[in-house]
Amino acid sequence: MWQWFYKLGSPRHFYDMTTAFLPWLYGITFFLLIVGLVWGLGFAPPDYQMGDNYRIIYIHVPSASIAIGGYVMMACMAAMHMIWKIKMADIVAKVTAPVGGMFCALCLFSGSFWGKPTWGTYWIWDARITSTLILLFIYVGVAALRSAYDSESSGAKAASVLTLVGVVNLPIIRYSVDWWNTLHQSASNLSLRVEGTNPPEIWIPAFFMGFALFGIFLLAVILRSRNEILVREKRTQWVQDLLDRDVQEGLQRA
Amino acid sequence: MHSARKQKLMIVCSILLGSAVAVGLVLYAFNQGINVFFTPTEIADGKVPAGQNIRIGGMVKQGSLVSEGLEGTRIEFIATDTNADVLVAYTGVLPDLFREGQGVVAEGVMDPDGVFQARQILAKHDENYMSAEVKAALDAAVKKKAAEVAP
Repeated sequence: MWQWFYKLGSPRHFYDMTTAFLPWLYGITFFLLIVGLVWGLGFAPPDYQMGDNYRIIYIHVPSASIAIGGYVMMACMAAMHMIWKIKMADIVAKVTAPVGGMFCALCLFSGSFWGKPTWGTYWIWDARITSTLILLFIYVGVAALRSAYDSESSGAKAASVLTLVGVVNLPIIRYSVDWWNTLHQSASNLSLRVEGTNPPEIWIPAFFMGFALFGIFLLAVILRSRNEILVREKRTQWVQDLLDRDVQEGLQRA
Repeated sequence: MHSARKQKLMIVCSILLGSAVAVGLVLYAFNQGINVFFTPTEIADGKVPAGQNIRIGGMVKQGSLVSEGLEGTRIEFIATDTNADVLVAYTGVLPDLFREGQGVVAEGVMDPDGVFQARQILAKHDENYMSAEVKAALDAAVKKKAAEVAP
């Protein structure tokens, strides 16, 4: 187990392992996405007061959890890079910033389109929504700060520190609806046994969508990491061999 | 652990701790400002300066909504947190979810007569979702029970 974990820390092994893992991830993600979309949009019952508008939650809630979960992952990678100087951790932290930012933007946009018909406004400066907007700014800031440096290692250091500072925003997002008066509702209570409010036929498709969107997030992070590995290790023998093999295969096919 | 790594670990921890303390103090200082609305109780306690643009939040009291007899699209209702009430007046378009018993957030000004003159009305949605069928069944059950009790 530990050996497997250590191996993931080496760019070459990460590349090889994900080569084998990727087709599975594609398949599972695609399957979950189809089930979630068809179930959520086609078969889940309409809400008694929002009608079909509420179906936006099938995108909104998963993208919100991924925006936050992705940040936790990025912060762990930043800490691992700072403490143990693991190259792979920095690669993952680097490629996660724009992907997490995308999901955060998706969360804000979908919430906005839900807010107009439900609340009567696209936007309100309440604690939940403002802190989520700050999360987006932090994501963009981390990516921008890194690319502002010419040297890869100084950029990595600066981005890691900013990433760690940004962690303080996460509990604020999570508990904003409990600490302050907000227009945004608190987290829903989900239970398989409760009849009536929040019934399973409404939130089970949300779980499928959650795992599907998480799959898309992982795919984006892994594919971008692989590119980053190839760029950073382009002078090593194994990347040269890999490229030679690809070229040969291409020639054979042609 | 290697001493250099230990030092790095301490740096990471102090970044986390330092930023948490700093942000915590800022939030503590802001406290009331972060709330997106005042409750009717806070208004009754005189915590709200008169004539200032504010938001109030509460529930539309059952049976308090008046629209007939008032001109045009004007409505009046009582926003309550069950402890204190505020009379709200509003002219304009209402969100779909607005009705009696529903959470509401109104933005506007307290006039000298103690009536809240709202410029914007927002509906607050709670964290519960219910299918239309289940809601209809529940309502029917409640009605049936009421009919049994009545005679």
